[in-house]
Amino acid sequence: MKIGVVVFPGSNCDHDCQYIFKDVLGQYVEMIWHKETLLAGLDAVVLPGGFSYGDYLRTGAIARFSPVMGAVKAFAKKGGLVIGICNGFQILLEAGLLPGVMLRNTSLNFICKDVYVKVENAATRFTNRCESGQVLKIPIAHADGNYYTDPITLGGIKANAQVIFRYCTADGKVTPDANPNGSLDNIAGIMNADGNVLGMMPHPERSAEAILGNEDGRLIFQSMLSSFGKPELQSKLIGI
Amino acid sequence: MNALVITKAILEQHKLSDDEYKKILEILGREPNWTELGMFSAMWSEHCSYKSSRIHLKKLPTTGPRVVQGPGENAGAVDIGDGLCAVFKMESHNHPSFIEPYQGAATGVGGILRDIFTMGARPIALLNSLRFGGLDNANTRHLLKGVVSGIAGYGNCMGVPTVGGEIVFNDIYALNPLVNVFCLGIAKKDKIFLGKAAGVGNPVIYFGSKTGRDGIHGATMASDSFDEQAAQKRPTVQVGDPFTEKLLLEACLELMAGDCLVGIQDMGAAGLTSSACEMASREGTGVELELADVPRREPGMTPYEIMLSESQERMLMVVKAGREDEVIKICRKWDLDVAVIGRVTDTGKVVLKEHGQVVAEIPAKALADEGPRYDRPSSPPAYQEMLQSLNHDALPDLKDANAALLALLDSPTIASKRWVYEQYDHMVRTNTMVRPGSDAAVLRVKGTNKALALSVDCNGRYCLLNPYEGAKIAIAECARNLACSGAEPIGVTDCLNFGNPQRPEVMWQFVLAIEGLKDACEALNVPIVSGNVSLYNETNDLSIYPTPMIGMVGLIEDADRAVTQWFKESGDAIILLGQTREDLGGTEYLKVVHHREQGSPPLLSLETEKAVQACTIRLIRDGLVQSAHDCSDGGLAVALTECCIAGSAQQLGAVVQLPLDGLRRDALLFGESQSRIVLSVKAELAERVLNTAWDAGVHAARIGTVGGARLVIQVDGDQQAAGCKIDLELTALYDHWGLAIPRALGQD
Amino acid sequence: MKAKIHVTLKQGILDPQGKAIEHALESLGFKNAGNVRVGKYMEVDVNETDRANADAQVKQMCEKLLANTVIEDYRYELG
Repeated sequence: MKIGVVVFPGSNCDHDCQYIFKDVLGQYVEMIWHKETLLAGLDAVVLPGGFSYGDYLRTGAIARFSPVMGAVKAFAKKGGLVIGICNGFQILLEAGLLPGVMLRNTSLNFICKDVYVKVENAATRFTNRCESGQVLKIPIAHADGNYYTDPITLGGIKANAQVIFRYCTADGKVTPDANPNGSLDNIAGIMNADGNVLGMMPHPERSAEAILGNEDGRLIFQSMLSSFGKPELQSKLIGI
Repeated sequence: MNALVITKAILEQHKLSDDEYKKILEILGREPNWTELGMFSAMWSEHCSYKSSRIHLKKLPTTGPRVVQGPGENAGAVDIGDGLCAVFKMESHNHPSFIEPYQGAATGVGGILRDIFTMGARPIALLNSLRFGGLDNANTRHLLKGVVSGIAGYGNCMGVPTVGGEIVFNDIYALNPLVNVFCLGIAKKDKIFLGKAAGVGNPVIYFGSKTGRDGIHGATMASDSFDEQAAQKRPTVQVGDPFTEKLLLEACLELMAGDCLVGIQDMGAAGLTSSACEMASREGTGVELELADVPRREPGMTPYEIMLSESQERMLMVVKAGREDEVIKICRKWDLDVAVIGRVTDTGKVVLKEHGQVVAEIPAKALADEGPRYDRPSSPPAYQEMLQSLNHDALPDLKDANAALLALLDSPTIASKRWVYEQYDHMVRTNTMVRPGSDAAVLRVKGTNKALALSVDCNGRYCLLNPYEGAKIAIAECARNLACSGAEPIGVTDCLNFGNPQRPEVMWQFVLAIEGLKDACEALNVPIVSGNVSLYNETNDLSIYPTPMIGMVGLIEDADRAVTQWFKESGDAIILLGQTREDLGGTEYLKVVHHREQGSPPLLSLETEKAVQACTIRLIRDGLVQSAHDCSDGGLAVALTECCIAGSAQQLGAVVQLPLDGLRRDALLFGESQSRIVLSVKAELAERVLNTAWDAGVHAARIGTVGGARLVIQVDGDQQAAGCKIDLELTALYDHWGLAIPRALGQD
Repeated sequence: MKAKIHVTLKQGILDPQGKAIEHALESLGFKNAGNVRVGKYMEVDVNETDRANADAQVKQMCEKLLANTVIEDYRYELG
């Protein structure tokens, strides 16, 4: 599988995403500078986490105007697989590729910790290796992860099974206490109606290796590979 | 050059003494102009010249087989094998953080990051050591929140994880908090870059942010004491821009991957002045700069302002002649300002021009290396004897051990720092194997089987009571923290925070602390490769406790073997390495329960320490250990509590039985005897572990068993067992230890 | 009485946010945009009828909390 990882000025999880796909899962990875206007020969595009443009003005607000975003939109329109993680999710929202906005966490603080998310829809190109209702432990690290949208849009994405992950307790209960940032309906990740664009606040790339004590996040990347019928290669670097 | 009458008032304003001014006249053979005076003032400030500390710092051990770069450069570098180096340094940003906590702390992080990536290393970890007043003080709460969000704001945006640190709360720091930041990066051993202006004729290139009027004379401020007038010094605080720094980092690493770069240095304290003269001085060359070409944020800046601005996120580099275009292209790619502002010369002088007119001309070495050196008088303070005396008989022994333990867990110095570290991204770059909260942070080194362990530490109260022992213990405890994760120490950086060096008692503390650092480093065979001195930490004539902060790096050859401090499995045997003595002097227990900060701190035998650490590392390497935790603040009872409740995955109780051995009960439970480590091991291995320890000459005893939902500590043969037995539910322990800080901040 | 308070970075203090926005405007083709400065706007109801008293109180609020006078200026209107 050929993966493009977009690098915006201020992206800082670009190397982590590259490492997972290339060194851990043995795929071909191309780093794409934000000034590129063409995405050729790629199977999937990753918008990584970080602080594109310093998160100045609003998260993702400036990055959505980067030249590469036109290409990302065209790629998505043609059915290409796009995953936005954390800041990548925020950019997808600002760019209108996914519905809704991100507000400041209710605590007003940046929060970095493990959280649990429940897989609400396992029949997607991003979650086909998970069980429906499966609880994954994946860390979050953000200050603006409080998802919000209007009631009509929320009703629509729920009815359409576009809510993919919701914050929950370790045993899978979706409760207010399990919600780390005040996110509407405990939403941690959503997908577009066509099923090829996913945005999620938790960082699966940080929980995809045994040496880091947690491999739950790997299921998401493995699902993406499976959706192309390309299982991960045995990597020489696994386990370090 | 405009003529200028140098008055006494002007010299005072520039913190230059009469003798220092005489030396300037000698060097120049004439009167300095305004710009030159400013440059001397900044470079000869305590902060830049180390004039009070330099003769003492020379005594520190700085060499060893692994040392690739010792003190004197932007950071130190130590060989970790596989063709890689660990590059690290620690620095203070105390004064700016007191004036503007968010920006002060943020720019502190920015400064230390630049020191690391200027060397060619990609920064992979930040730690910090903070000192504040008591949390019952509203201003302290404001400072804590501001400093923590400043560190978070800068580090998180840069994508460098803040993986650990420590915080001590003590009223002595209320008006002079300490913000010390440590950074570690990884570089290829054959691609280390230094700050040198080599190759006559090579262009000098400025890049990064534009120069503004911010922070003019920051270095002089950092060399000054505080008083009620501090507010007037405010304009010297700078605003940090982590986004630009992130671009600067990526641009630097891209430039360094090629072969056009000759030398590079960041513009930190004393800005363009220090980078220009230090780069020339190291290489024995000169530089000639055209100030009109320096990118500026504001119109009408004078040469004085341009040379002394401490605007952040700026770098100076020397590249091979003829390669300017490719360098400029890379800088522009990253949206950075860039300009060729001068050339390397063979004159040995820093020559500054403005539109071709010479506006300053000073020998580079005079500015950088030939500043004054002082052997300042030192003598113990009159109160030292009184401080050290502690009559144990006047202290009532424990009546209620449960209450004493809970009081200690409520002390913010001991309590969990989760509220703090959850605001730091501590996982980005996906190397963090052991997150904040254990004795040491552990990071894997990608592309190898190795891991690095990092720890920062210092007990200022010990150093007040006995500067020599306190400094020794700072080194020993830092190394012990590393040993508890299975790492062998390979290098040290220090950040020596002291009061006003013109006070003989402060110099006495400083000189003794240096002796302590030296002896401990030599005994544990670990060199000091970089560091920083922060003097004049006093407000309204009150000096802080001497606080020689230590940052230490350890190597774990087999990353899989790293362990953490918390208990892992019911039924595991608990083993205590080391011996408990009647060490109550200077303890947190004495402060919290008896409201005293006095006595002799615990005395440390370096030989014992070395044996205990070596034994622990060996046991961990052999895979015999489930968990390891050192006994420090709050003694054995607090250490055992942390083993029970500090883990994020699960909490496991313990039942412990201790022999009294003729000790006071409070000393047994809460005394801070050094060189002690609590291990948990599988029950069937307990005998083997005990024998291994005894064979290595290390005192070891099985003291209990892991399991249950309570922590129970009983003392053998104690007549008053009821009152001094510890028996508490883990939930009750966590309610104090886990929530003390958010509660104190009104955020529980 | 309502106070409308504007807090802005002092002239000469680096405004990283303003700089990034200016750059973005420029790349979107707004070539005439320059010197972008980002500030904060706050509204505070002050339960006070005497104008001078209200003024004194708002001034104190700004000095103590709303602005950090190390790096920020403030101005307000009372109405």
